[in-house]
Amino acid sequence: MGAIQQLSEATFAEEVNASDVPVVVDFWAEWCGPCKMIAPILEEIATEQDGKVRVAKVNVDENPGLARQFNVMSIPTMIVFKDGSEDQRIVGAKGKPQLLEDLAPYL
Amino acid sequence: MSAEPNGTDRNDDVRPVVIVGSGPAGLTAAIYTARANLQPLLVEGEPSSTSDQPGGQLMLTTEVENFPGFPDGIMGPELMASFRQQAMRFGTDIRTEKVTRVDLSSRPFGVWVGDPEAPEPTYRGQALIVATGASSLMLGIEAERRLLGHGLSTCATCDGFFFRDQDICVVGGGDSALEEAMFLTRFARSVTVIHRRKELRASKIMQDRAFANEKLSFLWDSVVDDIVGETTVEGVVVRDVQTGEVTTKPYTGVFVAIGHRPNTDLFRGQLDLKDNGYLITAADTSRTSVEGVFACGDVQDDWYRQAITAAGSGCMAAIDAERWLEAQGH
Repeated sequence: MGAIQQLSEATFAEEVNASDVPVVVDFWAEWCGPCKMIAPILEEIATEQDGKVRVAKVNVDENPGLARQFNVMSIPTMIVFKDGSEDQRIVGAKGKPQLLEDLAPYL
Repeated sequence: MSAEPNGTDRNDDVRPVVIVGSGPAGLTAAIYTARANLQPLLVEGEPSSTSDQPGGQLMLTTEVENFPGFPDGIMGPELMASFRQQAMRFGTDIRTEKVTRVDLSSRPFGVWVGDPEAPEPTYRGQALIVATGASSLMLGIEAERRLLGHGLSTCATCDGFFFRDQDICVVGGGDSALEEAMFLTRFARSVTVIHRRKELRASKIMQDRAFANEKLSFLWDSVVDDIVGETTVEGVVVRDVQTGEVTTKPYTGVFVAIGHRPNTDLFRGQLDLKDNGYLITAADTSRTSVEGVFACGDVQDDWYRQAITAAGSGCMAAIDAERWLEAQGH
């Protein structure tokens, strides 16, 4: 439990819609320094907040269609989906305390 | 990367050396002080998409071609990961936290993370090495807050990908502006460099490459007055500073690279600063105006500002701190 799931264009809708808790989707890429910096923080949050939120990732290199669909123009961007629709958007890398503060409504 | 939650590891330990900042300067100071058995504690900062972050400005760059020892170049984030690994190898205690306050009025010096109003500092050090670097300047216009991440960016390597086949601009005229502009030509249809003067501050080799790149063009003597668009960038209002003429250009992306400001807010009123905000160090040393506090890297360098000079000054700060501690009998 608490593992981070990699989403693709094929699995995105199903996984996000079916979740009974909010899903934090991290749009990232291999070449993005700040994305790499927050990856371990998101892993910690996924484990510590297991049952309250899920954390998933979208690699924008492999899934440019999803980035376009959600108007992602800067990474990292984290979008919180609640009941299948966008509820909140966090743009840019942040430290763990600030991320937890942004996600507080769901925790 | 994991950090103890604030407060749980607070104790009365006084470290010989606390280092603030984790770019080439801070991590080199860590490597040297760790090898000198001074058990450095390094507060590396917290992730952000500006250059004020763990690893420093190189975390937002691509290829570094001028760092000696890498004849084929190396990616900035990769270079900084190696610095960090080397610092850890010799036992540096790295905390992924952001310093919110320092007290340099008495020794040992106090360093706070988290709540700056907390009665006791989180860490205490006999010596303090300041390596907080510099962060990117923004344009300072209203539209910035609305459009950051929506067509306005401070990180070409992060966001260039989203501007495939678009007409975009880079604001600035130094090496980092040209590096960004050239990187962006891999994706964009055209890249226009908007610079407030008629000539560039960038190095000759960068200028030659930029002028040879046919996707790149220049708007000289020009400044950005505003960015148009509610939810995404739709145009850029450019003013010619010679003629005063104002035009709106149809760019859909704006990358800002107009320079840096030193991260010295923490030290204002406690350490002597130059008029431009940079820390003052005594000639040919890393000593600041407070005994036992040493500074290295871009936070005290408004002239060279290179990764290699930052690393060199980090080594100086480590040796200065070591010899000072020894003279104090620590």
